[in-house]
Amino acid sequence: MAAEKSSLLGRMASAAGVLAVFAASGVGLVAFTEDATRERIEANERAYLLRTLHEVLPSDRYDNEVFTDTVQVTNPELLGSDEPVTAYRAFKGGRPSAVILTPLAPNGYSGPIKLLVGIDFDGTITGVRVTSHRETPGLGDAIEAERSDWIRNFSGRSVGDPPLSDWAVRRDGGDFDQFTGATVTPRAVVKAVRNALIYFDAHRKDLFADATETMKAGQ
Amino acid sequence: MNDLRQIAADGLWNNNPGLVQLLGLCPLLAVTTSAVNGLGLGIATTAVLTGSNLIVSLIRGVVRPEIRIPVFVLVIAALVTAVELAMNAWFHELYRVLGIFIPLIVTNCMIIGRAEAFASRNNPAFAVADGLLMGAGFSLVLVILGSAREIIGQGTLFSGAHMMFGAGSDLTIRFTENGFLLALLPPGAFIGLGLMVALKNVIDRRMAARTGAPAPEPHPAGHAA
Repeated sequence: MAAEKSSLLGRMASAAGVLAVFAASGVGLVAFTEDATRERIEANERAYLLRTLHEVLPSDRYDNEVFTDTVQVTNPELLGSDEPVTAYRAFKGGRPSAVILTPLAPNGYSGPIKLLVGIDFDGTITGVRVTSHRETPGLGDAIEAERSDWIRNFSGRSVGDPPLSDWAVRRDGGDFDQFTGATVTPRAVVKAVRNALIYFDAHRKDLFADATETMKAGQ
Repeated sequence: MNDLRQIAADGLWNNNPGLVQLLGLCPLLAVTTSAVNGLGLGIATTAVLTGSNLIVSLIRGVVRPEIRIPVFVLVIAALVTAVELAMNAWFHELYRVLGIFIPLIVTNCMIIGRAEAFASRNNPAFAVADGLLMGAGFSLVLVILGSAREIIGQGTLFSGAHMMFGAGSDLTIRFTENGFLLALLPPGAFIGLGLMVALKNVIDRRMAARTGAPAPEPHPAGHAA
């Protein structure tokens, strides 16, 4: 009886030992791969973000590190999210030049649509891109720059062009095309871009506030 | 040699994981909106399957039967994480497109199925061959279904090849501007896979009628040949 018990315990112990060895080597493999790929992955992420930032704001518009010069802003009503969203700040020759907002269009057809909206300091849009969405392939995904030119129509627009009342898709009496078979998606994007512009107009000074203060302090 | 031929025939046709065992349906149906997506997931799955088959075969004498399943799970999970990191590092765009389906390879029953049914009972060489050929059979189904859905739904073929072969390698063939959207939506995946399974059965029956031999009985999932 006692022998049986100890052999059972022994078997359990050896099984646990084998499992522990495999767990440890599994962790080792993952840790090794993570270590070997970390730098490359970080570089990829940065390159991807930079590429998209360049698409909404031409690189001759700034001479600072837009990638790292960010502020977090929160405005559930105009930026579409209860969480803070990132604003990238562009400076040229030490003066505020433009800002890239990252608002959400909360009312997409299937979930929120994440946007990058580049806005010149004078309030003109320099470019808009969708960074992630789950709209219907073949219908709503025409908001992607790779699939159609629709998203480029925002460039050069501002709060006065067209007038705020025309910042809507044609079906709602506005100035922007919808797609065949998809109205909800462009409606959501147009509204989000419009709100981002309104937000920028109201908070232009706040966005750059601390920067101008440090500039003054530096002088 | 005969065994290898048997393994090849099983993996690619008789016991094809996509068409006969019907394993890994979730990624199979979700990812195949284009040929390149299918190929990308096929290669990733094949890499994991071959690696896990090799390791499981190597340790088959060491691991007690009662703990083999947790050990398999550990091996597969570690491999999938490694493959995911590697794809993120070297095929970043493809990684963004395939997204959640790379980590989900871990839930592909095909991988633990082959570990349990084949690799844990055969020597490492056969286990690797089984992994490669089962993976190839699965990739083949992914690519064919992806191509069909891409041509019908989007009017193109091999779009997005730059995600795998680097920038500048645009292999896109454009047939028409207007696609038949249904093919890209989930129902199109089910219909397409259904047609492929039916076609395979028709071919099997024709072959059987010609040779006079009975059509090969599809094995249920996990049954080793």
